[in-house]
Amino acid sequence: MNMRGAQIVCKSLLREGCDVVFGIPGGAILPLYQTLPEFPDLRHILVRHEQGAAHAADGYARVTGKPGVAFATSGPGATNLVTGIAAAQMDSVPMVIVTGQVGRPSIGTDAFQETDITGITLPITKHNFLVMEAKDIARVIKEAFFIANSGRPGPVLVDIPRDVFMEEVDYEEPLELDLPGYKPTISGNNRQIKKASALIQSAKRPVILAGHGVIISRAYDELKELAERAQIPVITTLLGISCFPEDHVLWTGWPGMHGMAYSSLALDEADLIVALGMRFDDRITGNAEKFSSKSKKIHVDIDPSEIGKIIPVDVPIVGDVKDVLVKLNELVEPSTHSDWLKRIETLKKDHPSLRLPETDKLLARQVIRDISEITEGNATIVTGVGQHQMWAAQHYEFKNPCSLLTSGGSGTMGYEVPAAMGAQVASPDGTVWSIAGDGGFQMTLCELATIVENKLPVKFAILNNGFLGMVRQWQEIFFESSYVSTGYSGNPDFVKLAEAYGIKGIRVTDKTQVKTAIQDAMEHDGPVLIDFIVEQEENVYPMIPSGMTVKDMIEEPSSERVTV
Amino acid sequence: MTTTTDKHTITALVEDQPGVLNRISSMFRRRGYNISSLAVGQSETDGLSRMTFVVEGDPETVEMVAKNLHKLVEVIKVVNISSGNTVSRELALVRVNADVTTRSEIMQIVDIFRAKIVDVSQGTLIVEVTGDENKVDSLVDLLRTFGVHEVMRTGTIAMSRGVSYEEDTPG
Repeated sequence: MNMRGAQIVCKSLLREGCDVVFGIPGGAILPLYQTLPEFPDLRHILVRHEQGAAHAADGYARVTGKPGVAFATSGPGATNLVTGIAAAQMDSVPMVIVTGQVGRPSIGTDAFQETDITGITLPITKHNFLVMEAKDIARVIKEAFFIANSGRPGPVLVDIPRDVFMEEVDYEEPLELDLPGYKPTISGNNRQIKKASALIQSAKRPVILAGHGVIISRAYDELKELAERAQIPVITTLLGISCFPEDHVLWTGWPGMHGMAYSSLALDEADLIVALGMRFDDRITGNAEKFSSKSKKIHVDIDPSEIGKIIPVDVPIVGDVKDVLVKLNELVEPSTHSDWLKRIETLKKDHPSLRLPETDKLLARQVIRDISEITEGNATIVTGVGQHQMWAAQHYEFKNPCSLLTSGGSGTMGYEVPAAMGAQVASPDGTVWSIAGDGGFQMTLCELATIVENKLPVKFAILNNGFLGMVRQWQEIFFESSYVSTGYSGNPDFVKLAEAYGIKGIRVTDKTQVKTAIQDAMEHDGPVLIDFIVEQEENVYPMIPSGMTVKDMIEEPSSERVTV
Repeated sequence: MTTTTDKHTITALVEDQPGVLNRISSMFRRRGYNISSLAVGQSETDGLSRMTFVVEGDPETVEMVAKNLHKLVEVIKVVNISSGNTVSRELALVRVNADVTTRSEIMQIVDIFRAKIVDVSQGTLIVEVTGDENKVDSLVDLLRTFGVHEVMRTGTIAMSRGVSYEEDTPG
């Protein structure tokens, strides 16, 4: 059957199970867009900026577990995707991005809107392709989906020149993948798993450190089984949050720079860390040489290059977390660790970390707690990066797996608006709260138009302190409160801004109004934006300054009067 | 025996496609690994190239290099052959000053190294030498006393001895 390249792209996307594409057209990709009406099953969501397309595809992918798909044109269209691609790469999020390129005869001539996007995205994609012949499209798209969502997931970019979209070839269903160098190890080595089981058996003070890999492999039940069977406290990474229910007795918080003090202390006192699908990020280890120095480490990861990268490991296991846990659970004998669990309880009591000071002021932390209470921990929370992100991670009580979407590795401000959009598209009936700061919100707020256009009922909570809050906090602590370029004196009226987009806007200036506003937002059938005018100089604690150790932790500021 | 910052030899079998070298060099640059030499050429199989890297670093770093090479989709096989029993060779061309008074002395040195003179002109010679890195270094050093104009080296290629083909390094 003869088909044009553009038709093959659409057919291939559908064959791979893609139903939504986020994108914006432009010259080089126009032949693909003009083909879309022939494929009504391929829903296209017209974003307002390509960064929004990438983050939306990211949010969609995290919720569904399927690769998110984005389209952009050549040159600036493609480069605008870069931030979103880098964010997905750092957090192992599967995406397939199709970019238009200038026509083949123009490549290399600095033609209008020509950018070497495969060159640019080389270090921030799992893999990328420049497709020079239409006959290769079907195979390349199949390979792109396979690479994106197997092994350690990641973004794959497929760059297609304009004339290749228009080239007509005989379409053949691709049967075989041509990837001789790509064979991710899924099944964990039995001998290593046996060693791990023996270490768990002999440990007196074991902890599980569960990362994003547990969510990616959907190994929630297996994790719970291991924890309960061997009575091991579960600590998660930031991206691991929600992989284990926070109301579970073995839940022991998340550690690190702004994690709970008791989690960091538990890691420090542990004699065994069972690290599952995580990569010992510097926000967790601080000074890696002094991190949890009394413990042995079992490290399970599907990416061999993560093992031994930061921390020496006693038992490395390369494989999918779920596969490894299933096998491990068969070997691990039930145990109690009652002394250790008592010690954990003492740590939790002595270092509660998340108490709020008694005050009439409107604290951002209080807003998060109220959202948590009113949504009963059942919302999908999408954050930007900074203080509000840490507070959301600390104070929201996550009940459901995969319900925190946040840019952990790359720390991309502006993620909160488009990723929430993608999450809502993925889960049309779910409650999605975008928790934003006034800084990050302004980086991608143009997507409010997309949200209205597609009738997406995302609820926005702007924790508006008129500052780039986390940077201001660093200035306060490390630079004697010299607030250089962190105050936002020219913020728009966010309520009027919401209304300009046709979105219901609510302003909250007083502590007593918080719950009512959240209730109103929940009851409103459509998107809502609440502008919470919160305390300007509230800080995130506990805090382990960058590169330091648990001994350098600032648990609570002396100035904050704390009540239990 | 390998000491902490020894040179290590890694070979990789890679798909012969545009951009592969770029991907590999980009990975080395991004991760901050030092390549002291790199040689690329066709392998025994059509469509596949074999690369030889000489990398400086401690054994842990070299293991990470191998793992990160292996992570690239177009890299099919990675073998760390530094610890094994290997043959390693490099080809160099050296343009050296040579007048009537020095020519015969140079020819003697070239002979000792089982090297060859491949070009003679008024005042200079081109010497071709094959050997491991040390041998090439030694010859170039000796020739320097006569005045070396130009040195061109291919970088090391290496192969393990014996019949068995070594196992893939990372797993």
